[in-house]
Amino acid sequence: MTSSESKRLGFSRRARFGIFAGYVAAVTGALIGFGLILIAVVDPQGFAAIRGAVSDVTAPVSGAGRGAVQEGGRIDDYIGNWWNAGRQNAELKQELAEARRRIVEARATQLENRRLRRLVNLIEGDIEVIATARLVNSSLTSPRRLATIFAGRNQGVLPGQPVRAADGLVGRILDSGRNAARVLLLTDRSNIVPVKLTRDGTPAFTSGRGDGEIEVRSLEAGRDSFRRGDLLVTSGTGGIYPPNIPVAVIVRSFGDSARARPLADPAALDFAMVQPAFEPPDDESVGPSPVVPEGPLADALEEAGE
Amino acid sequence: MSRLHGLDENITAMRARLSLIPAASVIAGSLVSLVPLIAQAPILPPLGFMIFLGWRFLRPQIWPLWAGLPLGLFDDLMSGNAIGSGMLLWTATLLAFDLADNRAMWRDYWLDWMVATAVLTLYIVLTMALSAFAGGGWLIAPLLPQILVSILLVPLLLRFCALLDSWRLSL
Repeated sequence: MTSSESKRLGFSRRARFGIFAGYVAAVTGALIGFGLILIAVVDPQGFAAIRGAVSDVTAPVSGAGRGAVQEGGRIDDYIGNWWNAGRQNAELKQELAEARRRIVEARATQLENRRLRRLVNLIEGDIEVIATARLVNSSLTSPRRLATIFAGRNQGVLPGQPVRAADGLVGRILDSGRNAARVLLLTDRSNIVPVKLTRDGTPAFTSGRGDGEIEVRSLEAGRDSFRRGDLLVTSGTGGIYPPNIPVAVIVRSFGDSARARPLADPAALDFAMVQPAFEPPDDESVGPSPVVPEGPLADALEEAGE
Repeated sequence: MSRLHGLDENITAMRARLSLIPAASVIAGSLVSLVPLIAQAPILPPLGFMIFLGWRFLRPQIWPLWAGLPLGLFDDLMSGNAIGSGMLLWTATLLAFDLADNRAMWRDYWLDWMVATAVLTLYIVLTMALSAFAGGGWLIAPLLPQILVSILLVPLLLRFCALLDSWRLSL
C-alpha cells in the first residue's frame, strides 16, 4: 500500500492557511504542555486544586465498583499461591517454627515493657485518626504510584498527613479535594520514609521502587545491617510519619542496602486511616531553644523589624 | 426551502457525530484507569493513547494537529501523570506522524505495527521521564511488562478502531 497522498491542497489560500494555523496551534499547545510541567517542577502544589477537584469527581465513580472488586483484587495472589504451593508450604512451616520461638520472647519482652512503663509513668497516647476511608482507585497506567482515598478536606484530610492501615504504613496524602484525596503510596519512587530496624534500632530510610517492593538504605554505610525477615518501623525522624508504624519486612539483603516488601497491601485493604501529621517534640531539635527577649530590648527589636 | 435547511442541519449534526465518536473512544480509553483496582506497578497499557494512535493509523486525516491537546490533558488528569505531559507527547506524536507521512514511500500492516512499537515504547519511557522530572522518580524495569502488553495489544486495538469506524460510517 502506498502511503496516503491527500496533502495536495491546490491553490486554495484558505486551505493552506488552515493547515498553517493547525501547525501553529499544535506547536504552541505542546509548548504550553511543557510549560505546565515546568510549573509543576517549580511549584509542586501548584495544581493541587485541579487535582483535588478531579479526585472529587472520579472517586465516587471508582468507589461504586470498589466493593465488588475487593474480592477479586488479589487474583494474581491466588494464581501465584497455586503455582508456588509446595515451596511455600515448606517455607511457611519453617517460618512458623521460628515465629513460635519469637512469640515466647516477645511475650516476655512485652511483660517487661509494661512493667517498665508503669515504672516511669509513661502515658501512651491512642492512635489519633482523622478519617477512615476506602482507597478507591490508583494510577494504573502511570509510572507514579498514587491512589485515591475517599475522604477529603470536609473530613479534615490535608496534604502531608500519613495514611496507614492496621497492617502498616500505606503512604501520605499528596493533595486533597473536598471529598477525596490522592495518596502517595509507599512504593512510589519519590516517597522517602525514615525507618529503623526493630531488631537493633539501626536507622535507615526507604524509597519505593515502583514495582511493589521498596528499597531500604542504611544510614550507617559499609555495615552489614540487614537480614532477611527483619522488620522495619517508622522512626518518626523529620516529622510527617509518627514513630513505630510497621512499614515493611526485608526480603533480600545487599549489605548496607536491601529490598523489602510493604506490610500493608493496598490492593487488599478494606479501609485506610488518615492520621494527623507527626510533629517531633521540641527537645529533639539540636541546640538550645531560642531566647525570647523581654522588656525594652523586645520593644527595640520590634521597632527595628517594622 | 425549509426542507433544504433541515437537510443542512442534518449534515452538520452528522459531521459532528462523525468526529465525536473517535474522540469519545479516546476519552473512554483514558477513563479505563478509573477501574477500582489498587496496583503496585503500572499494569495497564495507556489505552487512551493507544486508541488515539489506532485512529491515526486507520484514518491519517482524522485528527486535526491540535487534537492531542484536549485529549492529552484529559488523559493527564485521569492517569496521574504530570499535567502537560500528555499534551506535549500526544501533539509531538501527531507532528512526527505528519512529518513521516511526507517521507514514507509505502506502508503496510507490519510496518504500522513496528511504528506503533517504537512510538509506544518511546511514549511510555518519556512519560516516566517527564513525571520523574516533575517530582517522581526514574524507573525502567517496572515499565517493561507494560510496554510489552501495549505492543501486543496493538492489533487488537486497530481492530477495535476499525469496528468503531465501520459503525460510525453506517450511522
